[in-house]
Formats: sequence, C-alpha cells, structure tokens
Amino acid sequence: MSTGGSRVKKKRVPVPRREPAERIRDFNEVVLGYTLEQAMEEASRCLQCPLNFAPCVKGCPVHVNIPGFLRKLREGDVKGALEIIMETNPLPGITGRVCPQEEQCERNCIMGRIGDRINIGKLERFVADYARKHGIRPEVKIPPSTGKKIAIVGSGPAGLTAAAELRKMGHEVRVFEALHEPGGVLVYGIPEFRLPKEIVRYELEYLSKIGVEILTDVVVGKTLSLRDLLTEYDAVFLGTGAGTPNFLNIPGVNCLNIYSANEFLTRVNLMKAYLFPEYDTPIKKPNRVAVIGGGNTAMDAARSALRLGSREVYVLYRRTKELMTARQEEVENAEEEGVKFMFLVSPVEFVCDDKGRVKAVRLIKMRLGEPGRDGRPRPIPIPGSEFELEVDAVIIAIGQTPNRILFKDIPELKLTEKGTIVVDEKYRTTVKGVFAGGDAIRGESTVVKAMGDGWKAARSIDEYLKTGEWPPEIKPHDFEAEN
Amino acid sequence: MPKYVITAKRKLAPRVNWFRIQAPLIARRAQPGQFVIVRLHEKGERIPLTLFDWNANEGFIELVVQEVGKTTMEMGRYNVGDHVLNITGPLGNPTHIDMYGVVVIVCGGVGSAVCYPVAKALRERGNKVISIIGFRTRELVILEEEFRRISDEVIVTTDDGSYGVKGFTTDALRSLLESGVKPGLVYTAGPVIMMKKVAEITRRHGVLTYASLNPIMVDGTGMCGACRVTVEGRTVFACVDGPDFDAHKVDFDELAKRLAQYTEEERIALEKYLNTVSRGG
Repeated sequence: MSTGGSRVKKKRVPVPRREPAERIRDFNEVVLGYTLEQAMEEASRCLQCPLNFAPCVKGCPVHVNIPGFLRKLREGDVKGALEIIMETNPLPGITGRVCPQEEQCERNCIMGRIGDRINIGKLERFVADYARKHGIRPEVKIPPSTGKKIAIVGSGPAGLTAAAELRKMGHEVRVFEALHEPGGVLVYGIPEFRLPKEIVRYELEYLSKIGVEILTDVVVGKTLSLRDLLTEYDAVFLGTGAGTPNFLNIPGVNCLNIYSANEFLTRVNLMKAYLFPEYDTPIKKPNRVAVIGGGNTAMDAARSALRLGSREVYVLYRRTKELMTARQEEVENAEEEGVKFMFLVSPVEFVCDDKGRVKAVRLIKMRLGEPGRDGRPRPIPIPGSEFELEVDAVIIAIGQTPNRILFKDIPELKLTEKGTIVVDEKYRTTVKGVFAGGDAIRGESTVVKAMGDGWKAARSIDEYLKTGEWPPEIKPHDFEAEN
Repeated sequence: MPKYVITAKRKLAPRVNWFRIQAPLIARRAQPGQFVIVRLHEKGERIPLTLFDWNANEGFIELVVQEVGKTTMEMGRYNVGDHVLNITGPLGNPTHIDMYGVVVIVCGGVGSAVCYPVAKALRERGNKVISIIGFRTRELVILEEEFRRISDEVIVTTDDGSYGVKGFTTDALRSLLESGVKPGLVYTAGPVIMMKKVAEITRRHGVLTYASLNPIMVDGTGMCGACRVTVEGRTVFACVDGPDFDAHKVDFDELAKRLAQYTEEERIALEKYLNTVSRGG
C-alpha cells in the first residue's frame, strides 16, 4: 500500500471537549469537534482500503463510502466529502454524534492493528458541521417522479432514512409524526448536550428540500387509521419506534417525582423545561436523584438531572459496570461530571412522604448468577440485604417497548409476544404493502440500526413497487440475532 | 403545517371560554369522550382538553376552556382569527356508548363540557338521560341550554343556592338514587373530590359508574406515563387506556395528589405571565 511505511500516523488527533466543571452548568454540547486542519490531519491517517474490502464500510449499517469521503476530506474538499456521505446517509451531523462507532465502522478499522483506529465518527461530524456553518449543501438530483406514493409512519431515524432513500428513487414520500416536532428520539430522547436540536432541525430541512413532506400532529391509529393510509398510498413504512416506557411493578411507583426516563427527557429536551419559566413546561429540580437502569437512556437522564442543578445523582444498576449497555464514552462522561454509580442493586420499594412525594428508594443487593436467555448473567437478589437510599426524585430507565395502541385497528398486522412487529428479511410485515423497521421491529436498539433498517427497507419497498410481488407467507426474521 | 385557526369564540362564564377551531382531520374521526392535546405557541406546554363538539363536514372542533393557570389564561386572550400552533387528536378511547336504560350524568364546573358529548351520544342511542350539572354559584353556570336540549331531565345545582337546587351534584345524585331511580350507568367528570364522592354513592347502590379522569399529561399518546393512574391496583395510562375508567376501581386519592405535583411551578408560571400582561406585553 502506497500510504504505508514511515508516513503512518499511529495516534488519533484528539478531539477538544469542554471541562466537566464548566459543562454541567448548561445544556450546551460537551464535545467541541475538530477544526478543518485537525480533520484533514486525522483523515490523512486513513490507509484507503479498497471500497469492496474496507471493513469500516461493512461495519456501517448504511454503508457510507468511508475511504471515499476521507480522501476528499484530506484534500480539504469538504463539499466532496459531504456529497459522498450523503449518497447513503441523510443525517451525518446526527450519526457522527450518536452512533456507537466503536461497535460499527471503527470496530474493524485496519489502522487498529498498528495504532489508533481512524476517528470516523468525529470526521463525519466535522464534515456535517463545517458544511452547515458554511452553507455548503450537497447537490442531489431527484429522478423524475415514478408516480408512486409512500406513507412513512414515524419521523425517527428509521422513517427519515427510508424517506430520504425513497425520495431519491423518485417516489413521492409523506411522513406522519405524532408529536409537534419531527425527529423521534433525536428530539425528545437524546439531550441537547449530546445532540443540539438545531442540528436535527437543519438536517431535517434537507429532507424537505429534496421534497419529503413531513406532517406533524398526526397520530396514526387515531388521527388517521393505517387503513386510510393503505387506500391512499402504494406502500407504507412503519418506523414507530419503541416508545412505551416500562415501569417497575413495585410499591410506591406512582409517588410524586417518580418519572419514566421518557417523561423526564421529553420535558427537558422536547419541551425545554430546563428553560422554565421562559418555556411553559415545568420540571422538578431535585437535590438527590436516583436513576434506575444501565443503558444510554439512564446516562442521558442522569446527566440531564445534573444540569438541572441536582446536587447528587445516583445511577442504580442491577448488574456490574462491565455489563452496562450504555456506550463507554457516555459512562465516562457521566463519571467525569460527578454521577455516582451503585452496582448490583435493585429497587424493591419507593417510600413516599405524607404528601405522596418520594423520599427514599429501598434497594436490595444482588449477585450475578447463570446467564439468562440473552446470554448475560442474571442478577439474583441477596436475601436480607435491603437498605434505603434517600432521594427526592427517581427516574426509571429500564427500557421501552413498542406502543401497541398504534395498530389496534389492524388486527392482521402480526406482532411478537414482546410487541414488536413481525417482519421477514425484507422488512415486509404480514399486511401486503406494509413494511416496518427500527425499534418497532427490534425493540429498543440504536439510532444507526434504525437507520440501517430504513435504508434497506427502502430498497425492498422500491422492489415491491416495481414488481407488486408479495409472498403468500411472511417468514419472521430475527433481527436481534444479527451481528 | 396545518393552521388551527379560531373561527368563533364565546365567553360562557367568567373565565370560561368556548372556541370553535378549524381542525378537519380531528373533526373527521372525533368520538364522544375523546380529547386533544393543544400547544399554543413555540414556547408553550402541551395540555389536554376534552372535545366538546365537532363537525366533520365543516372541519371544525369545539373546546371549552376554563382559565385555571398560565396556558389556559393565555388561550383566553386568543380571539377569532388567531391560531393555535398544534392540536393533536382525537386521543384516548371513545366512551362506550350502549343501551343502559336510564343514564345519570353528574358533572361539576367545566366538567360539564366533558360530559356534554357523551350525554348527547347516550341520548341518541335511546337512553333516558338525567343530567346533574353543578356549579359554585349562579354566574358560573354554563351549558344549561345545551343540556336541556339533549336530556330528559336536567338538575342544576349551585353550592350557594343562588340558582337551581342548593348543594352539591352529589347531594342531587344521592336523593335521585334514594328516590328509587335505577340508572344503568352513571357518568361523571369534574373535580377529583366530586368524582370520588359520586363513586362512593353509586357503589352503595351497585350502579355501574364511569369517570373521565383528568391527570397531568405531556404527549397524550402513551409514551411517558405522566398520566398514570391506579385502577384496580394496576398502573394504567389515562391517555391510552382511558380517559374513562370504572369509577369504583380508581384510586382517586392518588390521582388528587399527582394532580398537585406542579402547584408551585404553576404558580410561578402564572405570576410571570400576569406580570408580562400587566406591563402591556
């Protein structure tokens, strides 16, 4: 390889970040990102593996031509880099921030054998940010209309990616969103300090520019029925996510100041309750908070609580640190910011005061047992080990499941016992012309997997629109078992 | 983006406004007992309001809004031609409209606007409808004419006796049941304390009772659980599992406590708003 030998730069160019003491006072972004010079330097470390081999591309669920955009970037051609990324990824400013790159594109980067892997995520982010600040837009040619109309239900990462792909194929696309702002988890779930909402809005503008229509305030199943959509559109894609929070079935769970992470984060992110009373939605500003769970949602909730001014924030997790599902980077960020972690504990009761407000959480200590169905060691309570932790608010972040109410009016749509939508390997549901992807078929997963689903489902939808073929029986595909 | 334009407005009583708003998609699917979530403007909160009436052909919905805090007071200053930024709906399950024989409607204050479409649908279904509508005092009486048009009998109560029967709706309900009326259903909406009392009375008489619950809501589509209530010992979400529930199974004390969760913040928001308004904002 011509770029090998002594010119290889083993070390990553570091990414500037704000200091913890400063950043926990506000909701502004923690990671500041590369300058043009830094980005060009980091991009020049890429060994430029051939596209048909490059392991980074294989690791990206939407198959971004990574060596291609890095080549443009190291020449300082940001527009060229942006156009290459956006051939397959309509939301680079978002994915560059929220993808777990260490498990995806960066995982098998060849550079990892001789030094640090290329910082693909931060470079993708740089390209998007630089382009946004300098008004650089990709040139996209929309082919002539095919006359086919597609309805996308849900404007989260899965729906938006499917919408962009289908639009670029020349189909007419309309997206229906239940909330007042599109973006799904990107606007209500992921906090401003990880993903500024201004960036979400900007990247959604691109979708309207290429002719994707987004209608908000439409709850499919209520405002319109899925049947209405089936008569009016040639195909439907369901990207409705997994938005129903799980609550703990223990005494006191309905005490005041006990939130689902969804409620807490929706108030903070979507409704901007951290700016109350400039914004009308209130939120409690607790002193001592317990966040229950060990995933990314728990980290987001804990770090948001700190920024609201909480003096002590505890993350309570029933397994060990190594078994947390949250991204390592986010756990480190949380630790740096002063979030306290308690492992191998599980709540058994919430204790309320006479006004009904939570005042303590009663915990039981756990030990790890044999692996359960998901292959992870099962936590087992240790009898007699209960103790109390005093708190004045609790945020429950133990997972979400798909909203079943959405599809009540269409019983032919088959669901699994977990409530996810049954699809085959081509994302086809048990209703002809209806496809589904993202958390709606996987249960709670990641932004980029949802985007990958939307991207691949768009191809299946296009194929269906051309052939009209639908199998007599749908063979359920287990997307969770992939990887 | 659809514009939800206000096409008519009327003051029904001090601090109680009736609005007619263009919302064709919602009007097309609305059913009695359902509600909408309203956000007035970019900085606004999302609040639930029950659908009072609607017209699918003309594409409008009607809402009755009592000024109880910042958002509802601000909405009270909206006039014909103004528009509301977001309205989502129709949400919640429709009331189960069936043939019950005699139905007694018990509603307090602005809860009468919640009961109205339900009472109307029950009457159209062939039930004999007795409506008990209660208010604090004479000047707060609303919707009496509307209820007279769709009821077989209307009892108006005022706490101070300044109009109609003196006393609470629950007093009127109690005497009605004691006088031998045997309803197949009692339907109630209004203050939590009233609904709780209605449930206590009808339980003694073994009468099926639905209450339309009014907890705090954020999204109104089942994704957050802010509106959770305990019914028969189980946690349910009022926005998607209700808002109507068997009143004999509802934990009303818990509902009352949860409704008071943001009293302090509500006061702050209102004070700030009143200051802005008085400065001519």
